[in-house]
Amino acid sequence: MALTSTVVFIAAIVIVAVSSPGWEEFSFKFLNVPELLESLPGVGRAFLVNIQLFLIAEVLVLILALGVAVLRSLPGPVFFPIRLLAAAYTDLFRGIPTVLVIYALGLGAPALQIQGVPKSPFFWAVVSLVLVYTAYVAEVYRAGIESVHESQVSAARSLGLTRWQSTRYVVLPQAVRRIIPPLLNDFLGLQKDTALVALVGVVEAFRQGQIDSSATFNFTPFLATAFYFVLITIPLARLIDWLVTRDRRRRQTGGIT
Amino acid sequence: MTEAVRVEGLHKSFGSLEVLRGIDLTVEDHEVVGLIGASGSGKSTFLRCLDLLEPIDRGRVWVEGMEITAPDADVNLIRRRIAIVFQSFNLFPHMSVLGNITLAPMKVLGLDEGQARDRGTDLLERFGLGDKRDDYPDRLSGGQQQRVAIVRALAMGPDLLLLDEVTSALDPVLVAEVLDVIRDLAAGGMTMVIATHEMGFARDVANRVAFLEEGRILEEGPPEQMFSEPREEATRRFLDRIIAAGRM
Repeated sequence: MALTSTVVFIAAIVIVAVSSPGWEEFSFKFLNVPELLESLPGVGRAFLVNIQLFLIAEVLVLILALGVAVLRSLPGPVFFPIRLLAAAYTDLFRGIPTVLVIYALGLGAPALQIQGVPKSPFFWAVVSLVLVYTAYVAEVYRAGIESVHESQVSAARSLGLTRWQSTRYVVLPQAVRRIIPPLLNDFLGLQKDTALVALVGVVEAFRQGQIDSSATFNFTPFLATAFYFVLITIPLARLIDWLVTRDRRRRQTGGIT
Repeated sequence: MTEAVRVEGLHKSFGSLEVLRGIDLTVEDHEVVGLIGASGSGKSTFLRCLDLLEPIDRGRVWVEGMEITAPDADVNLIRRRIAIVFQSFNLFPHMSVLGNITLAPMKVLGLDEGQARDRGTDLLERFGLGDKRDDYPDRLSGGQQQRVAIVRALAMGPDLLLLDEVTSALDPVLVAEVLDVIRDLAAGGMTMVIATHEMGFARDVANRVAFLEEGRILEEGPPEQMFSEPREEATRRFLDRIIAAGRM
């Protein structure tokens, strides 16, 4: 039943598209098979830059976001300025469109011409993505930390563990387990957003598609770009779904492991 | 005998709600004191204050001669010497039974892993939990989890053990196995303060019973006297209600 309805549904869309007056020109411009084969290898090589970007950014985000989240969870009035600073950072960078941060740093920072400040657009692209996504992921960590019941901290502290030891050995291990799906979700966004750094002159898969496209006045090379992104992001999306389902099943049966 | 605990004029409020209104109590070494009283009378808060899990508003407390309410008191050092077991067990769900038990001895007392595991395994075997060593808490019954929580507290070698209604969250059939462990500890000379609704147990195991009402210790005395001839009218009313509810 599901299969039949899916086939009928897709067939209807295809028929509407193919029978439209502009179909011939559309398929030539956007779905041109020779063009696609032509640009796939070049775009693929450029996509390695995206992979580098998000792998480096993801490692840094994982570490820095944890730091920001822990700072934001520090108790007591003494740490108020630190909490405020951490909160201001997460609010600001979740609020500014990623593309503006990339513009500001990718074009602005090198323009300052300060001795020792790197000029490489790749460097500033990584910094921008890290700044933006650390703000998101810090909030994910914080939600995870807050989801661990206060009684766990009481138990840890009552055994003589310091606040930091309680966080390190009792709260964080439980928090991290719970936040893996939302964390990977943010990484999915990060991986797609690596295409934005094309704007400051990094030649990655989107920029390479643009180059190929403007050489032949055909938009099919962007299909090659999309193909590589989907190749990475869809398996990750499936993994997230699988983890969420497993987590739900486990909570229903009360298991842990 | 020396004093394990001395409490003078302990006050504690949560916002405008005054939970403890001046508690005075002394506990001798190797003594077992039962705290009885209705829910909300302040038993749990009192125990949590003794372990400094709740900040104390007013009053002074000494444990083994060390003043824990002193401004320069080392909270972590104090908590090494006092252990508390909670109503809801509060085991660490991401660690095995042995992991739960060895964490604090390794991180707080500085034992190496082998020593901590030996100590933990010995204690588990002593309380009939040797075969549960590598299980995770959610695989255990409530009674087993609570016994593991007691072992976790004992692994720190505390001078004083606080038990906060440790059987209240258990099925009636599982209560006995936990009470047996506590009886065992009392026989071994462990100093304990036990908040409990199990009056029969309090009568059996405690050297002294204190009745809390509205944040004060209204009456204290040996269990035989407290349960058969309470001096205070309020104590009598409380015990009558307990008997009527079939809990004694």
